[in-house]
Amino acid sequence: MNNLKKNKIIDSSFKVFGVLFTLLGVFILIILIYNIIKVGYTRINWDFLSSLPSRKPENAGIYTAIIGTLDLMLLTIVFAIPIGVGAGLYLEEYAHKSRLSRLLEINIANLAGVPSIIYGLLGLGIFVRFFGFGGSILSGALTMSLLILPIIIVATREAIKAVPHSLKEASFALGASKWQTLSKVVLPSSFGGILTGIILSLSRAIGETAPLIVVGAMAYVPFVPHSIFDTFSVLPMQIFTWTTRPQAGFAIAAAGAIIIILIITFVMNGIAVYFRNKWQSKLQ
Amino acid sequence: MKKSILIIAVVLLSVACGNKKSNDASSETVELTGSVAIDGSGTVFPVSEAVAEEFLKVEPRVKVTVGESGTGGGFKKFGAGVTDISDASRDIKGKEIELCKENGIEYVQLTVALDGITIVVNKDNTWATSMTTEELKKLWEPNSKITKWNQIRAEWPNEEIHLYGPNTSHGTYDFFTEVIMGESGASRTDYNAVSDYNVAVQGIEKDKNALGYFGLSYYEENKDKLGVVGIDNGAGVILPSIETVANNTYAPLSRSLFIFVSKKSAQRPEVKKFVEFYLDNAPELCKEVGYVPMPKSGYDAQKETFKNALGGL
Repeated sequence: MNNLKKNKIIDSSFKVFGVLFTLLGVFILIILIYNIIKVGYTRINWDFLSSLPSRKPENAGIYTAIIGTLDLMLLTIVFAIPIGVGAGLYLEEYAHKSRLSRLLEINIANLAGVPSIIYGLLGLGIFVRFFGFGGSILSGALTMSLLILPIIIVATREAIKAVPHSLKEASFALGASKWQTLSKVVLPSSFGGILTGIILSLSRAIGETAPLIVVGAMAYVPFVPHSIFDTFSVLPMQIFTWTTRPQAGFAIAAAGAIIIILIITFVMNGIAVYFRNKWQSKLQ
Repeated sequence: MKKSILIIAVVLLSVACGNKKSNDASSETVELTGSVAIDGSGTVFPVSEAVAEEFLKVEPRVKVTVGESGTGGGFKKFGAGVTDISDASRDIKGKEIELCKENGIEYVQLTVALDGITIVVNKDNTWATSMTTEELKKLWEPNSKITKWNQIRAEWPNEEIHLYGPNTSHGTYDFFTEVIMGESGASRTDYNAVSDYNVAVQGIEKDKNALGYFGLSYYEENKDKLGVVGIDNGAGVILPSIETVANNTYAPLSRSLFIFVSKKSAQRPEVKKFVEFYLDNAPELCKEVGYVPMPKSGYDAQKETFKNALGGL
């Protein structure tokens, strides 16, 4: 009886702890968001979104930065998805469980933890200098692709692992080849998980500044990129530039830009959740 | 699968539409095209940005980009021939000159604005109204033993002193150490080294025993929150201000801000016109972003230098 009571107390106190810690995280997030919105909401209007950067904080806008960010993300998707999903498929479905494949797996898991600035230096060495792409949006997108590849590969593998074995065996039993099974059964049923991984990795990439500064994102770019070899700016770069300026107006503009980038991230995460739910229910 | 393709298509489309907008904006009648690539000091960045912004109104088809990878980072790109103009808050150093020589980059150095390094303290600091350069040296030199205010002057309070300054990547750090210690980069290391001066402003604003140094514009913008320390260089105490920096009585902490223009790039009409535009408009624009213009004769001299540099090639 005594033991039972003790266990119950431990149980309920652990629950309280759990709730407290969960709330702590949410609480800090709310304070952050509240502070940013309080400072920046006055700047959120069409002018802010459609104006070029300016020396006058009240005229400064994020048009080129926002287009730069969207273009960069788009190019990153183009490079990262085929390679990432392909590598994930290979490792999960084709690779023999050898020493080499285990080494590959460990390396990919490690790559996911490498600080982003290292990817920037890698991009500077390979894309900017060696291939001679310069500080272009192409170099930026390739660097970003490298940065999110490990995450996409891991997510792809997890999603494929989650596909019930019975589905695959049913496909094989019907005489389907391996590729047919993969393309008609495995990929469609794991697509929700893969997509979630891709979007979450993009949400990370969208806030990255350090690797892009190294690769050569500019702080003042008064035009949107017309080709993949054009110079570019991105939202985090613009925010970074504005927060270091002495005039108080730039702090407000920076807060406005932070709100925009938060909205983009929220929307992207929302899409990820939507697809995950949709595909999960389809699978069942 | 199809839906996601649709989404990507929509995003592509919206980006494509976005691109159109700037085409419309730049379809006026103009002569010059091409691009001007600028990078370098974060201190000079606001001036170059302001000039680029105004230049866009005159020559909307010239693509001027300005980066801020620091004076040193800027010279690396400039020496490699990647940029046309390098912003600098200090002189070019030996290694950087060598890099330019290696790659055959000839350049002309032009002064575009003046700045004063300002020693700031907390608003409630009633004692430190002035310091001599000798005292600054004792306070900031490498391995300095000073940890309390009364170690600088006996009548100052027996309280800890908390120091703020730029980190080593700033040209301001190089300049301050060069002038005060006589050796660029020689500084004590146990201070709050910031990369963003607004952090120093906030720190000093909240701490009665704080002292720090940064460019005049950060003080001018926060005058109501900060106190300022006058500098005594043997000829009486001088407070930093737009006037004392302009007439160079705020010595030795007044400095020039430069642009380095590649002579080869300046052969291109858009770069040439941009630099001329820069020197014409710098007096007005540098005031707007918080710096001090030179007297008019100073800019005339810079124009002459630029003209001669072009003629010499």
